[in-house]
Amino acid sequence: MSLDITRINPYFEDVMPQEYRDLVKNGSFGSEKRLGDLGTFKELLEEHPMCAGCHLALAFRILVSSLPRPEDSIMVGSTGCSSLAFTQLALHNIHSLFGNQNAVASGLKRALELRFPDKIKDVIVMAGDGATADIGLDMTLHSWFRGENITTVMFDNELYANTGGQESGMTQCGAVLHMAPTGKKFQKINVYDLAVSSGCAYAAVVSTAKPKNISECFKKAVLIAREVGPTYIQIFTPCPTNLKIKPSDSKKIATERFKGDYTFREHITDEAKEYLAISKDGIKKQAIEPETVLISDDKEIPLEGS
Amino acid sequence: MPANELREVSTEYMLFKAKREEQFITGSEAVKEAARRANIDIAIAYPITPQSESMHLVGDLYAEGYVREYFRGENEFAVMSEIAGAAMAGVRTFTATCGPGTLRAFENFPMWSGARLPIVMSFMTRVINAPLSIQPDTIEMSFLLDTGMMMMHAEAAQDLYDMLLMSFDIAEQTSVHIPMGVFVDGFFVTHTRQKVNIVTEDVKLKPYNPGMSPVAHIDMETPPFRLMRDPFVMKSNYISYAAHASWQQEVMASAQRAKRYIKKYLGGFIEHENPDAPIQIVASGTAVSQSREAIKMLKAEGVDAGLIKIKVIRPFPGNEVKAALSGAEKIIIPEFNRVGWLCREVASVIPNNNRIVPGPRVYGGMTMPPEVIVQVVKEGALVGV
Repeated sequence: MSLDITRINPYFEDVMPQEYRDLVKNGSFGSEKRLGDLGTFKELLEEHPMCAGCHLALAFRILVSSLPRPEDSIMVGSTGCSSLAFTQLALHNIHSLFGNQNAVASGLKRALELRFPDKIKDVIVMAGDGATADIGLDMTLHSWFRGENITTVMFDNELYANTGGQESGMTQCGAVLHMAPTGKKFQKINVYDLAVSSGCAYAAVVSTAKPKNISECFKKAVLIAREVGPTYIQIFTPCPTNLKIKPSDSKKIATERFKGDYTFREHITDEAKEYLAISKDGIKKQAIEPETVLISDDKEIPLEGS
Repeated sequence: MPANELREVSTEYMLFKAKREEQFITGSEAVKEAARRANIDIAIAYPITPQSESMHLVGDLYAEGYVREYFRGENEFAVMSEIAGAAMAGVRTFTATCGPGTLRAFENFPMWSGARLPIVMSFMTRVINAPLSIQPDTIEMSFLLDTGMMMMHAEAAQDLYDMLLMSFDIAEQTSVHIPMGVFVDGFFVTHTRQKVNIVTEDVKLKPYNPGMSPVAHIDMETPPFRLMRDPFVMKSNYISYAAHASWQQEVMASAQRAKRYIKKYLGGFIEHENPDAPIQIVASGTAVSQSREAIKMLKAEGVDAGLIKIKVIRPFPGNEVKAALSGAEKIIIPEFNRVGWLCREVASVIPNNNRIVPGPRVYGGMTMPPEVIVQVVKEGALVGV
């Protein structure tokens, strides 16, 4: 997009909400930020209504702070705790129904390619494990089979959190949860392997135990999805509320699991590797545009026709 | 005429001025001919009988360059979701389904209306399982009455062709901008050949202009740059509830505002033959054709009956129907469904609705011989209910 559309009309500057002024003046539009920059600029995610110790919220902040081109990124979400975070997102985003996020993203991406064939438009799906692996699994898989150029992120807290802690397909076998009163009877759905075998050009399993790793993998996933094919990121995001643990223990759980069964995995095709090597410089150049002054110092703008 | 040589014209020109020629084609082929000139950006398909043939043919148009993007989705819920995503990005979309497919996709339809998406689609109505049948039945229209979509009901392939062409313009009006469903009775129309007057000139409709949408598109090019579709009630407070309630009212008002455009293209919401007759038959879809035959048979026996063809189901033309039935002594409403949704609609807008004989109704894929309508008119008794 042209950064002009973020510019505040000088005549309205003094009546615009402070948070909007902050976003325009100190946001990350027009300049690629790194995870280490968190706290030095106006985050895309402002105050959020998630529970204390929520690692979905942490992952969300890491992701939106790691977008290669936030000004040209469109997020598609789904029902779940993440949909509460989306309301605080300073990017175009869609929440339509439960489970149809990859289908909406498919139509959106193709339509954007028709309307803006010469522009990069990153379409990124962010949804929980229920939306991705249960109710929306067919649409997730089929978007991969079709080779849609979108990035799919699963926030895996291993249960339905927003509805009060029910078993999901990503729950660990044996876990006792609502709707699994005698313990879950089958293993976690291996969505990572499904992503690899379904044709994803890039797939990774990461954890909030390693924030920098999430940031790096996500950037790769978004870049590869532009040209090479669909990409998938699965993030372990412990839910203290429904796991009934202290909020301060979320990190401990993430760290312990990372040493065991929920550790880093990465798949990248040769074509994606090659694209990444070639495109990095080009992407950086595109990310920095000359028009970075977003609020005018000069309020004396003549009215049209006067 | 190659796709890239078609000239862009207004909907008025397309419908009222462009040269036409008579073709002997099926209802599905009429859909193809409408789609050829509708300047569609994206069509997404999923097979279900009796709809499949129409979307095969739209796929052929894509191969020939008349439609810019086309693919087969994985199921009807996904297709309607994909169509929603495309419409949110500001392009003209088209799809079709029927019967069980309509119900599988159902959650999307009120979402389309609420998101103010000007999607046009066709429903080739059929039985809802179980037991399994693929035959004609209009019961799915009953389910769709309260989704916020506009609904037209075609009697024959000619109606289907013209209604589809006009629907894009009506749905895309800034003051309207909600989805339009064009309904046609499966098999009776989709799989039979009829004479249809098709536009012959080298023309297509003007493209959709997303800039005229009352709601900004999800494209990061259209201010406001911080935009969310679509939940209002993410924090429970009075303002968000009030916003949601007023938005629902706005969607209903959008359908009402569409009336002027519908009237411009259709001429009216109803057609009335023999308005002074004491007996009036009210019908939509192919039940109109059957009623016409029944009226001829009644006339031969000296019974005077009139016919009201209802072309628009949503927004329901309540005032027009009420006025047309003001002098009727007996009202017969033949329908191709069990529940009698049209009967309920008519009964809800007229005084003294005990004048209505609620039937005949045939369903499950049965045909409606005109003799059955004649019998109900003469005996004033319920048949088939």
